[in-house]
Amino acid sequence: MTYVIHGVFSFLATAMFGIIFNSPRNRLLHCGFVGAVGWLVFFSSRDLLLEGDAVKASFIGAFAVAIVAHLFSKRYRTPMIIFSVAGIIPLVPGGTAYNTMRNVMEKSYDAANAHAMEVLMISGAIAMGLVFAEVIIQLVFNNRKTA
Amino acid sequence: MNDSREEMGIDACLLAGRLMMEAGAETYRADDTMKRMAASLDMHGADSFTTSTGIIFSPGGQRRVKLTSIRRRATDLEKIARVNAISRLLSSGEISLEEAYRELKKTENGNFMFPFWLQVMAAAVASASFLVLFGGDWKNMIFAIIAGGAGFAVSEKFHERTRVKFFSEFTGSAMIGLISLAAVGSGGGSQLDIIIIASVMPLVPGLLITNAIRDLMSGHFMSGISKGMEAFLTAFAIGSGIAMVLSFQGVGM
Repeated sequence: MTYVIHGVFSFLATAMFGIIFNSPRNRLLHCGFVGAVGWLVFFSSRDLLLEGDAVKASFIGAFAVAIVAHLFSKRYRTPMIIFSVAGIIPLVPGGTAYNTMRNVMEKSYDAANAHAMEVLMISGAIAMGLVFAEVIIQLVFNNRKTA
Repeated sequence: MNDSREEMGIDACLLAGRLMMEAGAETYRADDTMKRMAASLDMHGADSFTTSTGIIFSPGGQRRVKLTSIRRRATDLEKIARVNAISRLLSSGEISLEEAYRELKKTENGNFMFPFWLQVMAAAVASASFLVLFGGDWKNMIFAIIAGGAGFAVSEKFHERTRVKFFSEFTGSAMIGLISLAAVGSGGGSQLDIIIIASVMPLVPGLLITNAIRDLMSGHFMSGISKGMEAFLTAFAIGSGIAMVLSFQGVGM
């Protein structure tokens, strides 16, 4: 049940981001789908596989977003960015960034440092996920072309 | 190719590049589009130097080098898709240079944005959805809707009026902080943290973050670093807006 609720709301959130980023009208549902896949992969791998490790889960989530976005971009011959931009939004570590800022304000700098490092690690993991997916896609795609 | 046609070709390439950068495309895509268009127009040896604030385009040979500056940047995925489609059609020879140039001009002057009220609604619904994703209580949803919508609207309007970067995000997130504080202070809502986090999500510079990474990875260090810096400053502005409101409230957070 939790997964159904999360699926529905991550779809909704990402599709709404499609509107804010002005995606092409007929691609909004695809944007939502990319976001829902990314979030569900992130959420399930964090809680089931990785015992709450958000860094690795973000990597896997971003990887999934990039793969699905790439498949859509090949299918509809539109730039990949249209699908991936909204899709990674749910993965952005907003909560941890907020905790960093709050701890700085409360002058508990040790806690702030820990949170800041986590924000850095998660952002890096998202970046690595996107890049890894792209590299793998390029390798697969080029191989197929030469074969 | 005669002179005026050549001029039009160079202008079309530059215009396509500029539209893409203004709409928030990756730098390598703008570069690639310009080179493809130039190749299809028989400008061999064409090259370009693209940064997030300007483009220098050299059509190769004896032709003139031109540059264009990029003054405003907004996220407009529709525009990227349109310019991409035009350049595809031009490269495959399905439309002529004149048609392509006309279409590009139309894209430049057209307004394809969703209406403002719809964007605000979208921000509000997105905030409510994030509240659920972040484990918030259902009864706080209404506050996320109000704060998220109001914060986004304030930030966009400020950006329109003042054109001062980062200040609009600052006011937007301060607004969110105020509304969330009022909601929790009046006893109607709980979970101040989650309401605030969910409501600031629409202000997050998502496009800048993805683009900064992709630019850096494709070797466009100039634009990669400047976009990364822009993303960092935007995030910082959001954080300080919230921080300001919370600090006036006292440390009893």
